Amino acid sequence: MSVEVAGLGRAKAEGPLKLAVPRGTLLEETLDALDSIGIDTAAVRGESRSLIFPGKEVTLVTMRPTDVPTYVEAGAADVGITGKDVLLEQGDRIVYELLDLGYGRCRMVLAGRKGDKRLGESQRRLGMMRIATKYPRTAERHFETTGRQVEVIEVKGSIELAPLTGLADGIVDLVATGRTLEENDLEVREEIVECTARFVANRVAHKLRAAEVDELTAKLREASAR
Amino acid sequence: MIHPIPPGTRDILPDEMRELRRLHLAMIDVFEERGYGEVSTPAIEYDEVLARGDGRTADSAHRFFDERGDLLALRSDMTVPIARLVASRFAKAAMPLRLCYLANAFRAVRPQRGQMREFAQAGVELIGAPAPQGTVEVVEVLEATLDAAGLDRAVIGLGDADLYRQLLAELGVDGEAREAILGRLAAHDLVGLEVELAALEGVEDAQVATCAALSQLRGGREVLEQARALGGEAVERATARIGATFAALEERGVADRVQIDLGLLRDLGYYSGAILEVYDPALGHVLGGGGRYDRLLERFGIDLPAAGFALYLERVHVAQMEEEPGGGEGS
Repeated sequence: MSVEVAGLGRAKAEGPLKLAVPRGTLLEETLDALDSIGIDTAAVRGESRSLIFPGKEVTLVTMRPTDVPTYVEAGAADVGITGKDVLLEQGDRIVYELLDLGYGRCRMVLAGRKGDKRLGESQRRLGMMRIATKYPRTAERHFETTGRQVEVIEVKGSIELAPLTGLADGIVDLVATGRTLEENDLEVREEIVECTARFVANRVAHKLRAAEVDELTAKLREASAR
Repeated sequence: MIHPIPPGTRDILPDEMRELRRLHLAMIDVFEERGYGEVSTPAIEYDEVLARGDGRTADSAHRFFDERGDLLALRSDMTVPIARLVASRFAKAAMPLRLCYLANAFRAVRPQRGQMREFAQAGVELIGAPAPQGTVEVVEVLEATLDAAGLDRAVIGLGDADLYRQLLAELGVDGEAREAILGRLAAHDLVGLEVELAALEGVEDAQVATCAALSQLRGGREVLEQARALGGEAVERATARIGATFAALEERGVADRVQIDLGLLRDLGYYSGAILEVYDPALGHVLGGGGRYDRLLERFGIDLPAAGFALYLERVHVAQMEEEPGGGEGS
């Protein structure tokens, strides 16, 4: 009767809540946020190469930010923290987005080479822009909703290379300080959306472990308001 | 030599089939014991007939023309075909009418998500029995079915499909804003919900807070009191409906595994009143769901209240294995 029919993920609901922690740029502030609500993160900060850090109330599971929705949707992690950019790109993953944590603030933008008219010229004369990005779905949605045709080229590595080599007319990428753009002679042309870290929960954990999930949400809400 | 099959479909081999068959028979036994007669309907129907049930979501992923040029569609659930069947074959039958099924349905899949294009559902439809007693009977059958499957830790979420529609009407929110808010709720995006609500003009902060807080209320009977404390006519009516159902469940002694959930929102347009969702702690995904669709049969020309549920057979099977001692690792 329900429309969504996702995969057959499985997980056990006993023991401490499993919290997916994003490695990379969000890690420091995530650990600070967890410290501030009394979750011990010393082990994660240490030299250990472990991926799982058992705790009394919460077990921390560290992973790439882009994997967080995957683990949380399947219930392999009960709750997790990841960027809104990741959630937007994986919008078909069914997770509860419970809280805007406020940190990790950055912007998803359309950028082109400084003083270069290629974006506009391609649009005008070819009716189509070529856009390189690591966020193909977010980019496609942005141009679709603004009524423009684009060829989205998905790349994995340094995105700034694409307009410099002529692979693409412009890029859609996440910008925190704008320094990388600056260094590569690129400039912001349009802002698409602002992204921050979000607290998410598995659909079943949100129901069956309601008290624990709510308590964690409330503490994080209070901490992020400080 | 390997010959491919479409993504989201699969072959079932004897070891699994034996277990699925056992599970299927156990479920059908529960249905039959309670007077639900098994029916089968064609997997292929006329597209326009299915679309009558729910124009938006019955939007079948698989449509094709037959040799006469008629547009056919593969069913995406069993509730709409059974509504059609009841209107055509049982319009003058004595009510309530009890029907059950185990059938395959078909939906679109997104690539690399392990989603099933073809999947089996087991369920019941109770036609002509109004709320709350009809709902209570459906929940009782659902509990007995979960017991028969060995899922004695499973929990049933009970919510109300009309709550947000009525609440938004009360706040005078309609058109695009209304769809945006319902969309956020359906997507479980509470951050986005608060943003959409805050953007509304002429709606007070307290009412915004009410909407957001309601979606997080889930638990026992105390949840109804917490909801009422938030105030408003729509909340009052929805909590009265849920309260009546819950009281009737308590009376029958089957309320223990029912969790009241004011955040529930089923994405099928034909639901009205009580809605159900089924969870098991061993599985991160929903096992199935259902509820009331008192206005569905009207679209097929007979005005009768109705309720039902459907469980995904394969997911129940996974949960069953996970609930075995040792989590199904070598049994």
